Amino acid sequence: MTATATSRLSGLPDSPADLRTFLHGLPGVDKVGIEARAAALGTRSVKTTSKARAIELAIRMVDLTTLEGADTPGKVRALSAKALRPDPADPTCPSAAAVCVYPAMVPTAAAVLAGSGVHLASVATAFPSGQAPLDVKLADTRDAVAGGADEIDMVISRGAFLAGDYGRVFDEIVAVKEAAGPAHLKVILETGELGTYDNVRRASWLAMLAGADFIKTSTGKVAVNATLPITLVMLEAVRDFRDRYGRQIGVKPAGGIRTTKDAIKYLVMINETVGDDWLSPDWFRFGASSLLNDLLMQRTKLTTGHYAGPDYFTLD
Amino acid sequence: MFEYAPAPESRSIVDIAPTYGLFIDGEFGDAKDTFKTINPADEQVLAEVALAGPEDVDRAVAAARRAFPSWSALPGSERAKYLFRIARIIQERSRELAVLESLDNGKPIKETRDVDLPLVAAHFFYYAGWADKLKYAGFGSDPRPLGVAGQVIPWNFPLLMLAWKIAPALATGNTVVLKPAETTPLSALFFADVCRQADLPPGVVNIVTGAGDTGRYLVEHPDVNKVAFTGSTEVGRQIARSVAGTGKRLTLELGGKAANIVFDDAPIDQAVEGIVDGIFFNQGHVCCAGSRLLVQESIAEELLTSLKRRMTTLRVGDPLDKNTDIGAINSAAQLARITDLSAIGAEEGAERWSPPCDLPERGFWFAPTIFTGVTQAHRIAREEIFGPVLSVLTFRTPAEAIEKANNTPYGLSAGIWSEKGSLILAVADQLRAGVVWANTFNKFDPTSPFGGYKESGYGREGGRHGLEAYLA
Amino acid sequence: MPKSPKAAAAVTERSRLAVRKTYKLYVGGKFPRSESGRTYLVDGDNVALASRKDARDAVLAARAAQPKWAGATAYNRGQVLYRIAEMLEARRFEFAALGVTPAELDAAIDRWVWYAGWADKIAQVAGNANPVAGPYFNISAPEPTGVVGVVAPGSLLGLVSVVAPAIVSGNTVVVIAANPQAAITLGEVLATSDLPGGVVNILTGQAAEIAPWLASHDDVNALDLSGVDDAVLATELERAAAGTLKRVVRPVGGADYRTDPGTGPMIDLLEIKTVWHPKGF
Repeated sequence: MTATATSRLSGLPDSPADLRTFLHGLPGVDKVGIEARAAALGTRSVKTTSKARAIELAIRMVDLTTLEGADTPGKVRALSAKALRPDPADPTCPSAAAVCVYPAMVPTAAAVLAGSGVHLASVATAFPSGQAPLDVKLADTRDAVAGGADEIDMVISRGAFLAGDYGRVFDEIVAVKEAAGPAHLKVILETGELGTYDNVRRASWLAMLAGADFIKTSTGKVAVNATLPITLVMLEAVRDFRDRYGRQIGVKPAGGIRTTKDAIKYLVMINETVGDDWLSPDWFRFGASSLLNDLLMQRTKLTTGHYAGPDYFTLD
Repeated sequence: MFEYAPAPESRSIVDIAPTYGLFIDGEFGDAKDTFKTINPADEQVLAEVALAGPEDVDRAVAAARRAFPSWSALPGSERAKYLFRIARIIQERSRELAVLESLDNGKPIKETRDVDLPLVAAHFFYYAGWADKLKYAGFGSDPRPLGVAGQVIPWNFPLLMLAWKIAPALATGNTVVLKPAETTPLSALFFADVCRQADLPPGVVNIVTGAGDTGRYLVEHPDVNKVAFTGSTEVGRQIARSVAGTGKRLTLELGGKAANIVFDDAPIDQAVEGIVDGIFFNQGHVCCAGSRLLVQESIAEELLTSLKRRMTTLRVGDPLDKNTDIGAINSAAQLARITDLSAIGAEEGAERWSPPCDLPERGFWFAPTIFTGVTQAHRIAREEIFGPVLSVLTFRTPAEAIEKANNTPYGLSAGIWSEKGSLILAVADQLRAGVVWANTFNKFDPTSPFGGYKESGYGREGGRHGLEAYLA
Repeated sequence: MPKSPKAAAAVTERSRLAVRKTYKLYVGGKFPRSESGRTYLVDGDNVALASRKDARDAVLAARAAQPKWAGATAYNRGQVLYRIAEMLEARRFEFAALGVTPAELDAAIDRWVWYAGWADKIAQVAGNANPVAGPYFNISAPEPTGVVGVVAPGSLLGLVSVVAPAIVSGNTVVVIAANPQAAITLGEVLATSDLPGGVVNILTGQAAEIAPWLASHDDVNALDLSGVDDAVLATELERAAAGTLKRVVRPVGGADYRTDPGTGPMIDLLEIKTVWHPKGF
């Protein structure tokens, strides 16, 4: 493990064996308990004015995403325009937080977003599987940053994690952080592949210790992506990490969040677990695509008083 | 930054009449005296209700006695179908009954909707299914009912306590006279209407509303074969004395002062939820509440910091607001008791803490409160407060935790928090408590027997074991 | 024997032409025709004649549905079985038109209610804690065996009496039904009772043709031969089942399904799992 990582924070484990002892010494997570807590938070009723504010905030937190083999410059230009101006019929509608694309598409998006304040996030490190040599992953990262990305979403080596090789996972994150330069680094844990909530907690801490700016649930490419209880474990982790080390780290659930109702449940969860400090696009993002139109429809319904329909919103 | 706007559940779903009589022999009829029941959240009168005197209780028992031969002679499969009907009707009228219960009791709609009513329906479903299977229950090849059951229930879970009493009694072939608590008579009266909708034969269920004396008349009535009581240990003692020598069968579900034990290897965030659930759920008006937190000394500070942080997100207020976590205290009398005991706690040297709370002006309210630095010698560690007040004590070893947990005349429930199975099972073995929750708390199910050791009472409600009390 | 209403009195005046029902199989929650395209005539109705491939598909459907059905709470399963009783009661006239007597209908509906009430109790009767001689927590609990192949008796009550005890605990079934119209009408009742597709699959056809394929199927866990009248066939099927050591419920000749079945039919299709855990600190 490199000196730069260990010298930033004191009291850190300073060898792979110590890292294992540390991570395995964290308090356990009871599955039934955490799922019950997430479900209970989901019963909060957010109406009228608070619902309107929540929708505005959620729109501003969306990382509008396209990560398909079939992506073309045309598709990415349309998506970027949508992120800038989600509702052409309503100029008061805020922009999304960011656009999220593959490295090859970064320059196209950069051209559209230049000077707008909307961030440009690129996946990197042989997304989504992460099964490539380290030098390929670093080149991927540098490429994306050079093309104009100011945020990098990397994947951890799940194979190494599940084999218990925490040191290798740690070192890779440190290396990618360095290669990302000024770009902020989101570390995708691929929680759907980790198997247990205990592992989600350990992977969260591992990523934070290694220098992540954000921890992110998923690539969106596997069967189980973001869920409320998984995100709850991660929110508890960033809360405890800040309490212990004084450093704030963001959280991004990605994949499977399709409705306004879901998005509001996440905001309630943030509100009652970590509080106001994380209720901002600087510290929380939704990795989503179809969510945005549902947010727009709900936003419209609150102002017009009747249910909206999909024909009235752009499909990009 | 993120305030939740008011989210009121509408009252219009429930139609409360201005007055109610006694439900005897399948009909509502007047009594000489009446009393009022109020909404503890705003002290408004909800209805005027009959106050049953000795003659009324006598009539009710006579009606139950008349109905007993044919009810008990029915094939079990027919009794089962009556109970299934009742269960279904309760499911269909759940929202209405939940709103009613919140109005009369003061507990949040979130609880009546998500906990009380589903459990009420489930109890009737569960015992409906035993009515025609009694010979498989382990009580002999032809278990017989006892006759007329006199049942007295408390105000903390009015309709649920009614379900716990009436469902097994009816399933086994008994008939009942039930007296709901003085401050919460309404859901029992609506239940009488459910019985009518189900075409339950007259006299099988009789509801006599009233106060302490009404309960006494019922319990002491010579033609009652079985007495079931849930309430305070003090009254339980009186009842036990009064049935001595009468041959009446008796089950009692009384008070508690449960220890919620958190070990240093507990899943901390879930333990905090369990502590909060254990003492603040239902405003702490729970006989099995985890009112003593026993935390291993090595993690005490860390746990208390987490607990206090969690308590700041508890919402106290209008029971009909869907976001309310903690509702009103049930009555002025109960509020006085909680206030007095809390003052004593502070006087005896424990350190008191509550999160900042805006309490409404009208109605009966108490902020969730914890006392730290409590020892076994403090009154607030020994006496049941029956409110949202937690006493925090520490321990060093599992053996010490067990000793402290058991060091009480009560023995209803306990909680154990640890990630280690062998520890949990060994501690559970040694706790003198009728219900032990590990890594959870306040979980109820009709299949799961509930009841206490020692002065928390005797007999079990729920499960196969719950049939025994109603069989000869 | 049930009679089709079409064999009733001749039409003497001009009346409305009825829309006749087509009797298909009930597999995976849907009503497909036999993949073989075959039908056979039963009281003037063309009824799907199931083939071995239909049986194969039904086993796939039953297996796919089993984990989720077994994973539902016992309370939930009980609710579904009670709903089946509700739907059956509501459709009395259909079964009556097929010739089922009121007494048999009463018994069949009450039988569903009886089993509905077992869902959350069988574990309390068939399971228990064991006082082993050591510091161990030891518990025996029943679990469903899995996918059950059933040759059903001819009557509606008989059919209900073999299907209900199998599914109440979380098994799923593939049933070969002897009395196709009543069986498929029961399928319609099941399809409207919130019963997940695949929990009960009904094949109408010849037991002698289809049953051997269920008996020898590697992915069927148990075989209920209650409805097999032919002793030679029953023996062959039991022998075929031995290939994968299926649990076999033997034919019950002359059974009176109106009497109390006891817990045997349920327990025959349960596995008892015993778990040990040390206690100590």
